[in-house]
Amino acid sequence: MTNSQIARAGSSTGTGSRFWRNKRDYLGVLPFLFLSGLFLLWPTFNVVYGAFFSDEGKFSLDYLTNTIKDDGHRIPFVHSLQISLWTSIAGGILGALFAWAISTGKPDGVARRFVLAAGGVLAQFGGVMLAFAFFATFGFNGFVTALALKVSETNFLASPEWLYGLFGLGVVYTFFQIPLMFIVFLPAVENLKPQWREASESLGGSAKDYWFRIGFPILFPSFLGGLLLLFVNSFSAYATAAALISQGTIITPLDIGGALSSETGGASAPLAKTLSLYMVLVVVIVMALYSLLRKRVSKWEQ
Amino acid sequence: MSNNAYVQLVNLSKHFGKVRALDGFSLDIAQGELVALLGPSGCGKTTALRALAGLQDLDAGSIFVDSKDITFVSPNKRNMGMVFQAYSLFPHMNARENVEYGLRMKAHRTSSSERVKRASDLLDLVGLSTHANHFPHQMSGGQQQRVALARALAIEPNVLLLDEPLSALDAKVRTQLREEIRRIQLEVGTTTLFVTHDQEEALGIADRVGVMRGGVLEQIAGPAELYERPLTSFVAEFVGLTNPLPATVSGSHAEVLGVQVPTVAGSITSGSGLALIRPEWFKVEASTSGNAKIFAVSFLGSTCRLTIDLADGARIRAQIPSSDASNLGIGSNIKVTLKSLPVFVKGA
Repeated sequence: MTNSQIARAGSSTGTGSRFWRNKRDYLGVLPFLFLSGLFLLWPTFNVVYGAFFSDEGKFSLDYLTNTIKDDGHRIPFVHSLQISLWTSIAGGILGALFAWAISTGKPDGVARRFVLAAGGVLAQFGGVMLAFAFFATFGFNGFVTALALKVSETNFLASPEWLYGLFGLGVVYTFFQIPLMFIVFLPAVENLKPQWREASESLGGSAKDYWFRIGFPILFPSFLGGLLLLFVNSFSAYATAAALISQGTIITPLDIGGALSSETGGASAPLAKTLSLYMVLVVVIVMALYSLLRKRVSKWEQ
Repeated sequence: MSNNAYVQLVNLSKHFGKVRALDGFSLDIAQGELVALLGPSGCGKTTALRALAGLQDLDAGSIFVDSKDITFVSPNKRNMGMVFQAYSLFPHMNARENVEYGLRMKAHRTSSSERVKRASDLLDLVGLSTHANHFPHQMSGGQQQRVALARALAIEPNVLLLDEPLSALDAKVRTQLREEIRRIQLEVGTTTLFVTHDQEEALGIADRVGVMRGGVLEQIAGPAELYERPLTSFVAEFVGLTNPLPATVSGSHAEVLGVQVPTVAGSITSGSGLALIRPEWFKVEASTSGNAKIFAVSFLGSTCRLTIDLADGARIRAQIPSSDASNLGIGSNIKVTLKSLPVFVKGA
């Protein structure tokens, strides 16, 4: 046998056994893959596929091309982008400042443990519960509104209409964006090594030099990544808006809800799927950017 | 305080709660000298180094560099280059940018061309000129520490501070880099304070080694003197291996294993005590009527380490040239005596 024959013989035997061994390793993740396929891939495929059909079930590009031209759908889509952008920026900045403040405290202190636990809960405190909390506080019969009315009938808090529009929705969304940013950004802040500051100092750097040349540049990708997550979080939120705003479709998730369950003749599954496809595209773009940022930051965390 | 001292740490004290990290600690370092501070964890060596860098405030004491009092000078104005244990390179900058960092600061600002040249020269000095564009995550631990050394030297520091820079590296790299640090320090001539808990590192690299315990300097001396003439039992036991053997002391001599040997300063001057004997100070010869038996033999190359059971039941470790151990094996009867070298004897 020549060397190459021996190599080929060895490799074919080895590959065969390795092949089955590797297959067995994947058995453990089968339930996960099954659930992902059932609840993530299949609905996504259904949405993408369905967007290419008309109400009559025939292949058509009408919804894909016309929906975005229609103000009734375009404006909610723009609102969705706006509210996601503004609440991610507001929540991002406040959440990041909060994370930095907590990181300067004792690592095992009571305040830190309390805020971490509270952040975990509040980041998930969306939907009807959150809307109700705001109704009960700032709504027409809210206790802050009642107090404000006693002071003066003309002040901002005495006129709760603001709560039921885009601005109010933004305020409510920011409420869960701040703790989410806090949770996402805290590890990045805590990853700033004390040696970096000390090295900068010993090399003649001031506090300003440290923050502008080291601290901020290292934190910036994580901050941007956090903003992207917040953007997606806000962009895909439905229940809070549905509970807060009973009339009108000021953002796309409500528009999709209307297209699926309208009782006044406006229901259209292909329209709902087209709007969903637009949203999926935005989320895919944002998550791709997030993935790129994570790739960059993860090298710094080694 | 000696007159030719370039760095003077005078009566430094620092308490962390009830722990005395520095307790009246004083140290002089001559210009261009490399002094290593050696001691167990918590002995205060890192606190002393950080105090010199300005990164640790003090309860009391003064620090002078080149006769100037810098006790209350902020760290960024002290002109000290520091190499940390690990993870100190800025992760978003490549090796060249890391080395250039100090030269961009107000205190050391230089022109762009000079900065580039200096960074290039220093990366060359540490043998990493081909890694100038590598980021920290693309370099090994040893390479990262070399860049950290180049970065610290870039600002032409008054004093170079090395805070256990080799402790996170594997044994082989540690030895290589240790020798390289010494070569570079001699080439550049920077006054250096090196902190370590590894006695081999300290003895192998420093002009003088200071042994610390409980926030004070137990002894400072050249490596050979420290090893051969320790002034306290702690130094004798901490630096190198020792075998405690019963001794009878009279004046400046002691009788150990039936041999009269001189004692070093600091030993007891009369009565019974324990002599601390280095493994290589034993003389071993095969003898059927000897006072000991070999329990184990370890071949170390040019030397052999013998584990020996003495007739009185004590177990000692001796190290002899391998050529003298050719006829010795496990179970061999031997006679153990001592070379006539000064020994430290502590009270029993």
